[in-house]
Amino acid sequence: MRRTLALVGLAAGPVLVLAVFFVLPVGGMLAQGVWPDGRFDPGAVLDVLARPRTRRVVWFTVWSAGLATLVSVLLGLPAAYVLHRLAFPGRAAVRAALLVPFVLPTVVVGVAFRQLLGEAGPLGFLGFDGTPVAIVAGLAFFNVAVVIRTVGATWESLDARPAEAAAALGASPRQVFLTVTLPALRPALVSAASVVFLFCATSFGVVLTLGGLRYSSVESEIYLLTTQLLDLPAAAALSLVQLAAVTVLLTLASRLRATPDPSTARQVARPGRPRRADLPQVAATVTLLALVAAPVLALLLGSLRVDDAWGLAHYRALTDAESGQALLVPVTEALVTSLRTAVDATWMALLLGGLVALVVTRRSRTRAERRVRGVLDGFFMLPLGVSAVTLGFGFLVTLDEPPLALRDSPLLVPVAQALVALPLVVRTLVPVLSSVDDRQRQAAASLGAGPLRVLATVDLPVVWRPLLAAAGFAFAVSLGEFGATAFLARDEHPTLPVVIFQLIGRPGAENYGMALAASVVLAATTALVMLLVERLRVPSVGAF
Amino acid sequence: MRRMLALSALSLALTSCSLAGGDDDKAEDADGTPTEIVLVTHESFALPDELVAAFEEESGYDLTIKASGDAGALTNKLVLTKDSPTGDAVFGIDNTFASRALDEGVLATYDGERASGAREYDLPGGGADFLVPVDTGNVCMNVDTTYFGEAGPGPQTLEDLTKPEFKDLLVLPGATTSSPGLAFLLTTVAAFGDEWPAYWESLLDNGAKVTEGWSDAYQVDFTQGGGGGDRPIVLSYDSSPAFTIDDSGASTTKALLDTCFQQVEYAGVLAGAENPEGAEALIEFLETTEVQEALPDAMYVFPVDANAKLPQAWADFAVRPVDPWTVDPDEIAAHRDAWLTEWSDVISR
Repeated sequence: MRRTLALVGLAAGPVLVLAVFFVLPVGGMLAQGVWPDGRFDPGAVLDVLARPRTRRVVWFTVWSAGLATLVSVLLGLPAAYVLHRLAFPGRAAVRAALLVPFVLPTVVVGVAFRQLLGEAGPLGFLGFDGTPVAIVAGLAFFNVAVVIRTVGATWESLDARPAEAAAALGASPRQVFLTVTLPALRPALVSAASVVFLFCATSFGVVLTLGGLRYSSVESEIYLLTTQLLDLPAAAALSLVQLAAVTVLLTLASRLRATPDPSTARQVARPGRPRRADLPQVAATVTLLALVAAPVLALLLGSLRVDDAWGLAHYRALTDAESGQALLVPVTEALVTSLRTAVDATWMALLLGGLVALVVTRRSRTRAERRVRGVLDGFFMLPLGVSAVTLGFGFLVTLDEPPLALRDSPLLVPVAQALVALPLVVRTLVPVLSSVDDRQRQAAASLGAGPLRVLATVDLPVVWRPLLAAAGFAFAVSLGEFGATAFLARDEHPTLPVVIFQLIGRPGAENYGMALAASVVLAATTALVMLLVERLRVPSVGAF
Repeated sequence: MRRMLALSALSLALTSCSLAGGDDDKAEDADGTPTEIVLVTHESFALPDELVAAFEEESGYDLTIKASGDAGALTNKLVLTKDSPTGDAVFGIDNTFASRALDEGVLATYDGERASGAREYDLPGGGADFLVPVDTGNVCMNVDTTYFGEAGPGPQTLEDLTKPEFKDLLVLPGATTSSPGLAFLLTTVAAFGDEWPAYWESLLDNGAKVTEGWSDAYQVDFTQGGGGGDRPIVLSYDSSPAFTIDDSGASTTKALLDTCFQQVEYAGVLAGAENPEGAEALIEFLETTEVQEALPDAMYVFPVDANAKLPQAWADFAVRPVDPWTVDPDEIAAHRDAWLTEWSDVISR
């Protein structure tokens, strides 16, 4: 009984937050579509589902996101190994740098990509501009960091002994990888892949910018229907498709990622020196770095280009509100707003995500209990699969009356961002927590440790590194997030992505240069914060 | 234990730089009269700080600006929240979305002062009582004059854009994703009537490139944009040539005045506003000569005030069409969905 109460107590907070900031707003928007003028009329919604255009849009979304996920996993896996299992100078810097794409505003990355791939760009001869190849490349560029971090975090806290035993018994490195390491990584891999798929399926900037409007995804269609046409039944229909698809995906993923055999005790191997056998993985990582660096480099070079010469004028202009052009606020101020927002979003996501991860990974005694935990696990992934437009408009429509008059709260933006980061936190923590043998906790408890003490001595040492990885992630999500932020009131304190978006939408070479410079500042800040987070790691903990 | 201490110290340090616990402005003074005006607007809104401060000083109100989305998203948000409006005044509804806002009863009437000459941009019919013109601009094809100076005469008319000598030279943002893109779709509707899809087909057959937004088209693909593209014809604004001035002091681009569509942005008092007097005072402020003269530098648009002085570069290089294409706002409201859907089909064919 006490156990159940404790479970309910732990889960209540996150569930309530999700109910108010997700279920209510999205439900409100769906209701606008299904009950137009207050009458229940699902006919319009069903009509939309039967349109050939809808079928085309859904099919394109599924295959482009699926392919991009595959590419991200294939590129991310060797990099996760190199960056989390090998020790070499500059490793922390490379890890931090790989998160940079994740935070860059789509509009800027779109411009950078198109400068490379466009007809006049250095890679223009490939003819990729406006093709699905460009879309898939763009999606992978944004999301490969998710694979590297999620899988890497698990990989580095993996028990080294089974692999060593297999090798001692004569298994080749390849066999060890396929029969021991890969199965152990499977939960993390499936987690990462499902998150990446959801990110890709709901990304609309990349599809439109790189596809040149010839392709529409479900997300871009919802945007058009909601913000331009005000065709809410059609938008509701597509939102329902999104929800259904996410549910199917999550059910599949939860089947696939069940841990085959939680290890009883772990002995984490220290990262080793790169050996000759690691050459292919290292080569793959270097290639990935080059691919990720190219658009970022294009940004950097563009930002230093002042009237056909090189200079820092665009950077100087960023700090000066009076620099002639109408900069809303000096970029330094926008950066501070971004950082403050990110701090809020991070603690919210960590707090909620940590609770959810704890609740869903505790060993279930009955089948019903296990099912409840499974549903909870999936419930918190839902925000990733639903359109930012729907959520943003939903906030306005539903959070207007006391006691929920929250639509003008300055915390709404970080809450929205925390919702996006929450699944990343949960997915990073759950594989690690669920691989902790429950008998360790029982042993600690029978020796007289209270629940908090058990948490601190059994779970925390294992989850410490993934927790930092998750914090870094949440921070990065918030720094770069533009979708939800753009649909919420921004008040007088715009975040950096908002300022960049505004600059790049204005004529004049100076505005363009400043937009690129501001993007470089955002990228550099992210890399710096990530580097600091890596520093925070306490090495002795792993030896527990 | 020391680690726990360090952790809690860290978390304290972090929360002190969070947004939580920010100051909570009181929106009313002691006797219940509102002291705050909330302006709902789109993300391109900007005004110099000094002007806003002067207005707050003079009127005694605090101005809160809530900006997000484009003109379409702005209008649709107002429609969805009309029973509990998110502010007192709105700025940024344009002539392509005006009918929807009026039909849905989002606005209250406005009886305040207007800038001299603003009436010229009034909506037809009763809409003029609700929506006050603040600024205007034309969406026009722009050409790179350095390119066409060498490669023979450039295009002049809409028809020219489909001629073989201008094959693969045009880039334009899409109608479904950008407001200048929609304006150009309306230009073709005004010029070709029901035959507009055929015109678009020949445009695409002639190698026109469609991008998501204006920045993509102008900054990446246009030869005079920041990214140095390779297409010398782009869809932009009549004011754009004022921003491409070279070392010799001449503009390297010009607008094709036969291809323009007029956009007008309006302000209005929201129905059910908490502070309608404040909203009216704010709109009167937008109509003052000071604000009207600040508009070109702040928002890249022309003032509606006929007497407002333009910045020198604008006066020299931003040439405006005498007789731009127009489509009746009611007509737009009635057919927007159908036009955009058909346009999408033509584009993805």
